[in-house]
Amino acid sequence: MSIKHHISDDFLIDYASGSLAEGWSLAVASHLALCPECRRRLAIMEGAAGALLDKAEQNGSEDQAWSRFKARTADIRVEEVKPGQAASRPATAVLPEPLRSYVGGDLADLKWRALGRGAYQILIDTKDKETQVRLLRIPAGKPVPEHTHEGRELTLVLAGSFRDGDDLFARGDLEEADGDLLHTPTATEGEDCICLAVTEAPLKFSSWIVRLVQPILKI
Amino acid sequence: MTNKNSDGLAPGDLSQAEMVRLLAIVGRDRNADAFEAVFRFYAPRIRTFMAVKTQDKQAAEELMQETMTAVWNKAAQFDPARGNVSAWIYTIARNIRIDAYRRRRPEIDVNDPAFVPDDVAGADQDFQQLQEAQLLRGAMATLPDEQVDVLRRAFFDEESHSTIARDLGVPLGTVKSRIRLAFAKLRSALDGQL
Repeated sequence: MSIKHHISDDFLIDYASGSLAEGWSLAVASHLALCPECRRRLAIMEGAAGALLDKAEQNGSEDQAWSRFKARTADIRVEEVKPGQAASRPATAVLPEPLRSYVGGDLADLKWRALGRGAYQILIDTKDKETQVRLLRIPAGKPVPEHTHEGRELTLVLAGSFRDGDDLFARGDLEEADGDLLHTPTATEGEDCICLAVTEAPLKFSSWIVRLVQPILKI
Repeated sequence: MTNKNSDGLAPGDLSQAEMVRLLAIVGRDRNADAFEAVFRFYAPRIRTFMAVKTQDKQAAEELMQETMTAVWNKAAQFDPARGNVSAWIYTIARNIRIDAYRRRRPEIDVNDPAFVPDDVAGADQDFQQLQEAQLLRGAMATLPDEQVDVLRRAFFDEESHSTIARDLGVPLGTVKSRIRLAFAKLRSALDGQL
């Protein structure tokens, strides 16, 4: 099993700097769990950030800060790291962390909601308002249901596979799409395709006149 | 002796190898004298890093202290085979800054059964990582200023690519290609070695 479609530098640098919104970060981190190559790319980015830190401007004087630090740590007793909660971990899992914690379990525990035409989804809650995150289950051989989205989209395959044009996306592969790209991914025959899809949140109506009529029209 | 050590730092600055040694002592013995050198090197730099987002000097000072306390507490967990000291301290500072602004950054769990481990064997990895950290610094020094500037804005200022483009008065595509070119160069510098 080798991953062919990776996260772009564009997303990865924002994940490395911590500026990437939670929804996108969930897709990036779940890809990283499955992709040693991208973890190495991330380590290089963090190494570059570390090198920049070494060269950063120096600010303030240290004598006072060091005294404060010593006074502060003198009282702290470091607790031994307890051997983790390994017991609560399953022996095997299809959904990697951090995704599994977000959906509250592995594939067998999921409560799917029908989208029609044999497709199912589960909406995943995040604190960021910028993205919409969902798990999708596409029946083998069927296209991904019509979904309009503005702007960027990340799709991470977790089980089965799909085809988009000439490209095949299997477990661990990440597809990065742009709003202006017209694409119709289709699940491969033989197995349902389960993937994590992150899109930009739907735009809110911003014009005041639309906001005014919104409650009346119930849109 | 030349006036710069192998990390390209000025005399009086600590080399990464020395940092690794000091952190190991701190992790083992909780030795404040060993930590003082680490503190005096990183505190003024982390204060700068924190001050970018908050204009409040006292808040930046507090976040710096919090970061150095975490470094002190986690020193025993620092694994030389997993990376270099400055990268590790950067990630601690970054995570504290993220928490301070109540944002979330989902992370991998290396003990998760679905986690796919690295396939490289660990012979001499400590040495290799130290060597890689030095190679990376060497490669950073060869990047054009305009690329380093974009990286600094991304990592320190946490600016979006479109904000960087606007501030620099260049198209968004130019910012993206500077990022790509910079990392392509860093990666090839490291891969050429392995």
